[in-house]
Amino acid sequence: MAIKFKEVSHVYSQGTPFEKTALKNINIHIEKGQFVGLIGHTGSGKSTLIQHFNGLLKPTSGEITILGRNINDPNTSLREIRQKVGLVFQYPEHQLFEMTIFKDVAFGPENMGLSKDEVEHRVREALSMVGIKEEMYGKSPFELSGGQKRRVAIAGVLAMKPEVLVLDEPTAGLDPKGRDEILGQIQMLHESLGITVILVSHSMEDIAKLVDRIIVMHRGSVALDGTPVSVFEHVEQLERMGLAAPQIMYIMKALRDKGLDVPTDILTVEEGAKALAALLKKQK
Amino acid sequence: MLRDITIGQYYPTDSWIHRLDPRVKIVSTFVFIIALFIANRYIGYALTFLFLACIIAISKVPVKFMLKGLKAIFVIILITVALNIFMTPGEMILWQYKSLRITGEGLYLAGLMAIRLIFLIIGSSILTLTTSPIQLTDGIESLLNPYKKIGIPAHEIAMMMTIALRFIPILLEETDKIMKAQMARGADFETGGIVKRAKSLIPLLVPLFISAFRRADELAMAMEARCYRGGENRTRMKQLVIEKQDYVAIGIMIVFTAAMIIIRFI
Repeated sequence: MAIKFKEVSHVYSQGTPFEKTALKNINIHIEKGQFVGLIGHTGSGKSTLIQHFNGLLKPTSGEITILGRNINDPNTSLREIRQKVGLVFQYPEHQLFEMTIFKDVAFGPENMGLSKDEVEHRVREALSMVGIKEEMYGKSPFELSGGQKRRVAIAGVLAMKPEVLVLDEPTAGLDPKGRDEILGQIQMLHESLGITVILVSHSMEDIAKLVDRIIVMHRGSVALDGTPVSVFEHVEQLERMGLAAPQIMYIMKALRDKGLDVPTDILTVEEGAKALAALLKKQK
Repeated sequence: MLRDITIGQYYPTDSWIHRLDPRVKIVSTFVFIIALFIANRYIGYALTFLFLACIIAISKVPVKFMLKGLKAIFVIILITVALNIFMTPGEMILWQYKSLRITGEGLYLAGLMAIRLIFLIIGSSILTLTTSPIQLTDGIESLLNPYKKIGIPAHEIAMMMTIALRFIPILLEETDKIMKAQMARGADFETGGIVKRAKSLIPLLVPLFISAFRRADELAMAMEARCYRGGENRTRMKQLVIEKQDYVAIGIMIVFTAAMIIIRFI
């Protein structure tokens, strides 16, 4: 079991007039190797939730176990947990600070107290994973384009070799090419290294394409939790929460309403195209 | 963690004090501070205590928040008290050790000074706790307006203050975010000696400065895109108007100040 939440609540500024309940009674179990999508309207508690995954925030009440260690236990080393659960924040390029790309990525592994050789090895590995070429290692991270900056920042987390990778909207503000590159690399990491990935996104298309489980947050609680097909079945409920299903599902539903015999459990454009092609062949 | 810091420390609630015109509150606070220095006997401070207690009760702000400001100047109060106790020359010597001595006059004066400082902080806290930062700068702008003729850029000063105040929570949030992002990469801001701690701030300060400049740039651009030009001929949505309640407040302040002066000279 990678992550286990039991009756977790979090209240900001408790006991002041600014008190705000961000999470209430969350129960989640995430198995090792799962690829989980986390969706929810702005202010639904997603960001608060993911900060509990590596102990940056502690629950006001409830119990959290991460990779077998209890967060509430004062003897638990939070630093160790933070190395094993890599957290990539929104706009991670805003955290770059070093003179060179290489040094910036080395920040994490150096903090882990690794040997110089090991740090170098990890930095090279992480940068090649995100597709940054060796001749750029000596450049200032501030000279890069937006998409490149973000990949360097993600490499900074990957270099710590986390067992769980949490990404908060890694594609926000990127162009389609940058988005596809980053998502492709995340998928590759999940498949080749077998790490647990938790992806926060506002794009239902991206979520449908990548993940094998979706958790829907609404007003600080888990509203839905299940496979993409079973979650996206509740289109009306999702819409009431300010969310939606992937567009292809709407097309399939409209076609079905018009009398075409298409399956409705289609989540991606590729699957939709295949289903339609099969249908056309049958009709001929 | 950083979320808990309240700067500007406005306490949002609805009370008679909250609704007063900010200009009246600013000037009253100044008058109050002057009145504090007029008093030189405990009886004057007894009156001030009653006066403050009434205002705090009317303002509906919990006393806890009022006393928060005192924590910051606790050391200053201690130093002031110590200096007054040991440095005041006097006849009534209570205790002596070589050249150090405590006199009755010293104790008397130290008490006065401590009370004066405490009341001063509480008095100005009432202003900032019951007036939102925006109202405060509006009030300052309006008070500075007559001095425009002698070259004081009232509007610009007020605008700079508004922007600075507006950016405090944004920058705090940003600091919190970057701090967490670096902590997620194993940064440690809490342990180690002074040098190590200072060094550990680099990963926090560099991104923070960059983002502050970026935000300033964006804001300037957005203001220019909307044709913002200083104070000339600008009108405002919320006009400051002195109303009946403000005259009542002014009256109360006059009575209070007069009482303080009378207490001093009788």
